[in-house]
Amino acid sequence: MKKIIDAVETVVDQALDGMVVAYPEYLVRVAQTSVLARANPKEAGKVGIVSGGGSGHEPAHGGYVGFGMLDAAVAGEVFTSPTPDQVYAGIKAADHGAGVLLVVKNYTGDVMNFDIARELADADGIRTEVVLVNDDVAVQDSLYTTGRRGIAGTVFVHKIAGAAAEEGLDLASVKAVGDAVVANVASMGFALTSCTVPANGKPTFELGDQEMEMGIGIHGEPGIERVPMMGAKDVTARLFHRLVDELSLTSGEPIAAMVNSMGATPQLELAIMTAHLGQLARDGGLVLERVLMGEFMTSLEMAGASLTLLRLDEERARRLKARADTPALRIVGH
Amino acid sequence: MDDTTFRQLWRRFAALVHEHRGELNDLDAAIGDGDHGSNMDRGLAKVVDAFDASPEGGLRSDAKLVGMTLMSTVGGASGALWGSAMLKFGASLPDESEVSWAGFVQALADFVAALATRGGAVVGDKTMMDVFIPVTEGLVASSAEDQTALTQALEQARQASDATSALVAKRGRAAYLGERSVGHVDPGSRSSALWFQALLESQATVSA
Repeated sequence: MKKIIDAVETVVDQALDGMVVAYPEYLVRVAQTSVLARANPKEAGKVGIVSGGGSGHEPAHGGYVGFGMLDAAVAGEVFTSPTPDQVYAGIKAADHGAGVLLVVKNYTGDVMNFDIARELADADGIRTEVVLVNDDVAVQDSLYTTGRRGIAGTVFVHKIAGAAAEEGLDLASVKAVGDAVVANVASMGFALTSCTVPANGKPTFELGDQEMEMGIGIHGEPGIERVPMMGAKDVTARLFHRLVDELSLTSGEPIAAMVNSMGATPQLELAIMTAHLGQLARDGGLVLERVLMGEFMTSLEMAGASLTLLRLDEERARRLKARADTPALRIVGH
Repeated sequence: MDDTTFRQLWRRFAALVHEHRGELNDLDAAIGDGDHGSNMDRGLAKVVDAFDASPEGGLRSDAKLVGMTLMSTVGGASGALWGSAMLKFGASLPDESEVSWAGFVQALADFVAALATRGGAVVGDKTMMDVFIPVTEGLVASSAEDQTALTQALEQARQASDATSALVAKRGRAAYLGERSVGHVDPGSRSSALWFQALLESQATVSA
């Protein structure tokens, strides 16, 4: 393992401090916790939005704390969901009297820990609701599994539900906005290399030079299928068509897309994928209204990328373009 | 079972998980993200610290101490499951320094019921429940607190854990792999078997 760290045990704690050093105008760290909250919280009346999960997905989730997105982000150990007491600290930091929406990715640990945190909040009279994100179409959703995972599409939920909260919608309405994003978003990713979790010290899986993993999650866990290496055009097309099918997108529909690096894939390669995405959208008659390209939901230093498509309606389009001012995503708004 | 033995059980479990940390991480890497050993080790080390910092205060408070410590330090599904179910374990134990074997086994059964409620897993889902459900049922059925029953329970736990290799995961992160999870032992079932080993060894220390 070759990483710029001091000790495995202090990785997350130090990284959270570093975020505050870099973005003091956006972030404060809630003392004695792994919670990053807004440096300038909204006045009473706004629904709070809290997200979180394991560390290692930077800029998720602390990078999305700020105007128009999250009120607080809760960090767990690397790829490990945060504990209930930490999530509850995040809820308290985000509560301005109008209740708190929790944006949770559908992983068993995240679901359970956020669930216990809700019980704690309930006991103290803080109202909470949950939006469960399950955008990863690589996973079969059946009665016999825990359902699909939540991956990069979560960022669209933060953005659009965040905009709705800034507009002053109440808790149930902000939840409904978030649920509607979930119902209209789909993602799929691939990996060219594994990453190395610091606590484990070695790559989670090995891939040959001519192999790639399709359908990975965001925790360095193996994908659903190991396939021969393919070029940018083929992999983009494969992801795109899978997502179009999943969302039943038809010609003329407006969409947004996210081309997301898993951590080690550079902008150059993302831009090539994005060029193919543009052509594929045109070929399919889809109106690509907005593309987010870069690092949004990573897996440490894993090479690879994910593609997310979001079906837009007028409100989602408006909220996607509304002003956001956070360390990792700034949208001027118009 | 008295509170000294109860603490020995957890100290022994902490030592076993520490010793097998790499193996548990490797099992997890095959079907998850490779940190089950590290996560459990982190939480159990804190349990040992908590014991060192507080005088023996009875079974109920010790079980709650274990539960709160695991829930707030392990994270992930393991922390939520072990932590919240240990709170139930504590609630089922008497507020005293000793409990009959039957009382201990009943509290264990309540612990397992709490695991089932929180996690929703049943036997065959390739999780820790593949070990905890049948082995606990066995202990409930064999009323005797003797070395034979415990040795059998440990053997049963190990076999149940090995048998998870043939299963398709239906819960937790491994479920996302579907058929690709076959051929790998579930890491949660392995750490659960270590718990029964710790139980056997703590009892053996006492009777020796």
